[in-house]
Amino acid sequence: MASNSSGGSSDRQRIAQQRLRVIAGHLQRPVDGDSAVLAAEYKAQGEQPGSSREEKTVPRRRQEIMKWNGWGYSDSRFFFNKKGQAEFTGKRYKLSGLIIPALKDWFESTFGASLQHKTPATPILNSSAVHPPTLNETFVEELKSTGIPFSHDAEDRVFRAHGHCLHEIFALREGKFGRVPDMVIWPNCHNDVVKVVELASKHNVCLIPYGGGTSVSSALECPPEETRSIVSLDTSQMNHILWIDEKNLTAHVEAGIVGQDLERLLNESGYCTGHEPDSMEFSSLGGWVATRASGMKKNIYGNIEDLVVHIKMVTPRGVIEKSCQGPRMSTGPDIHHFIMGSEGTLGVVTEVTMKIRPMPEYQKYGSVVFPNFEQGVACLREVARQRCAPASIRLMDNEQFKFGHALKPQVSSIFTSFLDGLKKFYITKFKGFDPNRLCVATLLFEGDRERVLQHEKQVYDIAAKFGGLAAGEDNGQRGYMLTFVIAYLRDLGMDYYVIGESFETSVPWDRVLDICQNVKERIVRECKDKGVQFPPLSTCRVTQTYDAGACVYFYFAFNYRGLSDPVHVYEQVEHAAREEILANGGSLSHHHGVGKLRKEWMRETVSSVGLGMLKSVKDFVDPNNIFGNRNLL
Amino acid sequence: MASKAVYSHRDPMLKKRDDFEDILEERRNSSDLRYALKCYTPVVYKGISPCKADALTNMVLQSSHLHYVISQVSKETGRAVDDVQDEASAILEEMAQRLQLSTIRFFAFTLSKVFKTLFRSICVNEEGIQRLQQAIQEHPVVLLPSHRSYMDFLLMSYLLYTYDLALPVIAAGMDFMGMKFVGEMLRMSGAFFIRRSFGGDKLYWAVFSEYVKTMLKNGYAPVEFFLEGTRSRTSKSLTPKLGLLNIVMDPFFKGEVFDMSLVPVSISYERILEESLYAREMLGVPKPKESTSGLFKARKVLSQNYGSIHVYFGQPVSLRSLAEGRVNRSQFSLVPRHIPKRPSEEIQNFVNDSAYMLVRAQEENMVLKPWVLLASLLLQNHHQSQAPGQKPGMALDELTERVVWLRDLSRQFTVVPEIQETLYLRGDVGPKESRSADTTPEEELLSRAVIVLSCASYRNQALHVFLRPALLALAIHAAASTKKREVFYSFSFLRNMFSNEFILVPGATVQDFEEACYLLVKTGALQITQQEVLVTERGHRTIVFLTSMLDPFLQGYQVVCRFLCEEATEELTEKQFIPSIRRFIIKHLLAGRLRYTEVLSSDLQKNALAALLRLGAVQKLKGVDQGTLKVNTVMVNSLEDTLGGKLPTQKVVVARL
Repeated sequence: MASNSSGGSSDRQRIAQQRLRVIAGHLQRPVDGDSAVLAAEYKAQGEQPGSSREEKTVPRRRQEIMKWNGWGYSDSRFFFNKKGQAEFTGKRYKLSGLIIPALKDWFESTFGASLQHKTPATPILNSSAVHPPTLNETFVEELKSTGIPFSHDAEDRVFRAHGHCLHEIFALREGKFGRVPDMVIWPNCHNDVVKVVELASKHNVCLIPYGGGTSVSSALECPPEETRSIVSLDTSQMNHILWIDEKNLTAHVEAGIVGQDLERLLNESGYCTGHEPDSMEFSSLGGWVATRASGMKKNIYGNIEDLVVHIKMVTPRGVIEKSCQGPRMSTGPDIHHFIMGSEGTLGVVTEVTMKIRPMPEYQKYGSVVFPNFEQGVACLREVARQRCAPASIRLMDNEQFKFGHALKPQVSSIFTSFLDGLKKFYITKFKGFDPNRLCVATLLFEGDRERVLQHEKQVYDIAAKFGGLAAGEDNGQRGYMLTFVIAYLRDLGMDYYVIGESFETSVPWDRVLDICQNVKERIVRECKDKGVQFPPLSTCRVTQTYDAGACVYFYFAFNYRGLSDPVHVYEQVEHAAREEILANGGSLSHHHGVGKLRKEWMRETVSSVGLGMLKSVKDFVDPNNIFGNRNLL
Repeated sequence: MASKAVYSHRDPMLKKRDDFEDILEERRNSSDLRYALKCYTPVVYKGISPCKADALTNMVLQSSHLHYVISQVSKETGRAVDDVQDEASAILEEMAQRLQLSTIRFFAFTLSKVFKTLFRSICVNEEGIQRLQQAIQEHPVVLLPSHRSYMDFLLMSYLLYTYDLALPVIAAGMDFMGMKFVGEMLRMSGAFFIRRSFGGDKLYWAVFSEYVKTMLKNGYAPVEFFLEGTRSRTSKSLTPKLGLLNIVMDPFFKGEVFDMSLVPVSISYERILEESLYAREMLGVPKPKESTSGLFKARKVLSQNYGSIHVYFGQPVSLRSLAEGRVNRSQFSLVPRHIPKRPSEEIQNFVNDSAYMLVRAQEENMVLKPWVLLASLLLQNHHQSQAPGQKPGMALDELTERVVWLRDLSRQFTVVPEIQETLYLRGDVGPKESRSADTTPEEELLSRAVIVLSCASYRNQALHVFLRPALLALAIHAAASTKKREVFYSFSFLRNMFSNEFILVPGATVQDFEEACYLLVKTGALQITQQEVLVTERGHRTIVFLTSMLDPFLQGYQVVCRFLCEEATEELTEKQFIPSIRRFIIKHLLAGRLRYTEVLSSDLQKNALAALLRLGAVQKLKGVDQGTLKVNTVMVNSLEDTLGGKLPTQKVVVARL
């Protein structure tokens, strides 16, 4: 990154490191060391923390460090050890190497699952099961002459044929491959992309842009009806910060960079974007732009549309970009809004100018326990009304609270476990909260120390009006940890007949409670109707607040023993749940996007005219459907 | 799926009719007092947020819906918000129920005594009770009993108390409030009172609908109301009123509840308490205003035997599955839910269809007593014997033979209709001939009509069983040829004509036609080929029976048409319609030009007028001459001729319908 920027870089770095030390000082708490962990520590670090700046997380051959049929790093996974206790392997995460004693009981009692009944995944990617590539010879010939690296190795292709929808991972675990890209190209810069798109247009090759591969909308699936050669355009090597402009607080970044690298590199200069989607370890900047991503700390930093100042995208018609970096323009409809959310149907986002902020001086987690979900929602609404939401505020329902609790690592001292017992006694016995109804809001405050403490008090005061009790940093942190390990946990479930996924929506405030209740109940009922033998896990959290509404996130999982086609059942239930969301005034998606999974509802979502508008843009920009992933429209 | 839920019992493979249990039996054998004081712990809705009746009114007054309407009314009328607010409180005060267990216990005690004197037995299908108990726990419940008598809602609450089920809150007409002490008693047993008409009163509507919705959403209690709106004076189901059904469905449409169970309840009386009152009322003797002293005077009914009551709790219908694929609930996401909005056409149609379905479900679960079949036959015989040269009456064994025949026929029409085997004699009602010298012919006619109408109300209980085949029989009779197409045209015309009279699901002409064909082919009365509809040799008797069943209605509608063509003057208003047509009919009856005394029924006359208004043959003028009827003589004339079979159907009216 800094290699491109001006001479003062070493100086800046020194200052930044000093600041980091100061911040770390704030964060060190002598007594309760266990609870003073940053969420950042729950996220994995790159190969070696503090490694040289040229070291990037994502290599060309993803298989070197990542699973081919599950989430995340190969060395990090949950398993039940010989004593039946859950353990998390590897060294990357805070949880790595720890024993999680309560998980087994929670797992067995929630799903009716048993450690005796295993459904192990196919261990090795069998390259011979992958269809041989259909190559467009003339395209390949000309591509060779450009010197841009490419591959038609089966493993490379399989890695880029899927996102992380349940059906995609389930098929991989069974060793089944559908249509996969015929080759993978790794452009190194904007100009490489221009060349590739030109060649693809010339030879009528289908291009599918690939960023971090974390899509959960079937967006990366190759359309089975596509007869042309499909080329996956992997942006992962376009991962440099090209410049940082401290006067205007912007950074110009190549779009292939993944979230954790972007933050780490900016942190080295004392800055951050503050954009932290739950997938930020692996998802890329280009992917955020293409799906209209949202980050956990959007209350301070904004969502991707608020963060982006300038976008460069390569389309079959040429490059689209604005002529200046003005912070706002009145020049007709904002062309950025054709790009954001285009889901790879119009072109490849290559470079983005983003707003940056100085790193926060102080960060503090917190949590509030409410007697019930209704009170919790009322509190969040009030916080939003007073526009005093902390960097992040989330309200987990009772089931999710218990889930989070089951992830508590083994406590080292008797003192902590005694304290826990005391806390529990206080809340359930003394305050009379029903342990099967209470729910918890997790909070993250950021900023300078004074202001954070002041802010914290304000929020806790509001919470108290709704019967909320402050419940410590520990609970808050674990809540955020859940979002980073949930995908690893799904892989564990899939080893034992449990499948599941998350989905989200946004909804006006007055409908939040009803939508949560109705969607959860719909899931339970549909599972029963579809012959699922065990009661499903159907849980939600209010995960973002806005002036006019909130984003609600659902987890849904069930034990599929006794079902002949679990994925089909799963899809039917998810479909029904989405119908329920729409019927209750929820949106089709808050930040996951539409992809191919939710395409069928696009017309009713944006009206026929709206769809026609989008189509005519597509027709102009990409008349030959070079970007043929068939998402969205 | 939806219709299956309602009609499931029509499929013999799916369900055998539930068994009935007599609840009075236990009452006769154990202490009423102990029963009234028993431990009452009903199961409640799982999502209930417990609250008192006062808390309920507060919730209503503080609802954003009401706030919105109050400020709107205040803006429109220029009155102060507080003023309107006070009015809303007053409305609510007047309306609200104050359910109290002690009152229920009082009723439990007294009603036990009363019921035991009045009725031989009160039979309830206990499986229905179990289904209801299940439904109450899962979702908010709406109870929809049929309405034949004032007794209905007391009986319902009594039964639910007996079975330890949650006591309902009941929408009752304001007329009860006039009965000082009783009104308050009813209020304390869960009745809430609504004005009969409040047309444009926004505030009233808002308070009322919010009140009902609040009780329903919170699972406060099952909400009970009568789809038919008022007691049916004729014992045939009335076409459903949609207002309250619209209100109760609203929370589901708006996602405020996950689902809702609609439970049709059929209450079949062997003899209705108000029997002769109804007949008099329809003949123009005004009904006495409800008053406590009136009730007191009415105690003489206590000395009579009213036979048995059968109460059938139908299959709970899930509103969610009913609406599946029919209602797009996301249409409610563009306007805040507390702002009242006219329901879209889609919703109106859905509510209307659901209402008809539910009323049909009520009809089909009615228990037919043998007297009903007997009455049908006696009435027909009575009319036939009016013709010159016939001797009145019928031999007992001939009658028995015909009743058995009819029982078998009706068993083929409904799958397993509950028709009791026992037939016992009744001395007090029936087409008796009593002649005294000092009455005018008109008085004599009217007193005869009272008996005929009472008798008809028994026949009417069986009408829904025969209705569709009877319409087909009539259509065959009226059609110009045996061509299936023409029979269908004729069927469709008649069906449309009579859709204010009987429960005919709107838009289901083809289904009804097919059902009728199927039933008549099954009984061997018809042969239907690709093109033609033919009456078989042995089917003749069935067809004649069926046609004569609807004949009085046919003649009634013809008379109404004739009256409108011949006598209607420029100034005829809706108010004058009934008295003047009554005079017209009496004149014709006395002259022997009409055959059926039954056409004197004001119910029939009103229905006929409503049909003509609906078809546009008569128009109600607005403005200065409010309520004046404007008759399109040409159209009414041609309708009359078509009804009389003088004109082929498709040419004249079908094109317009």
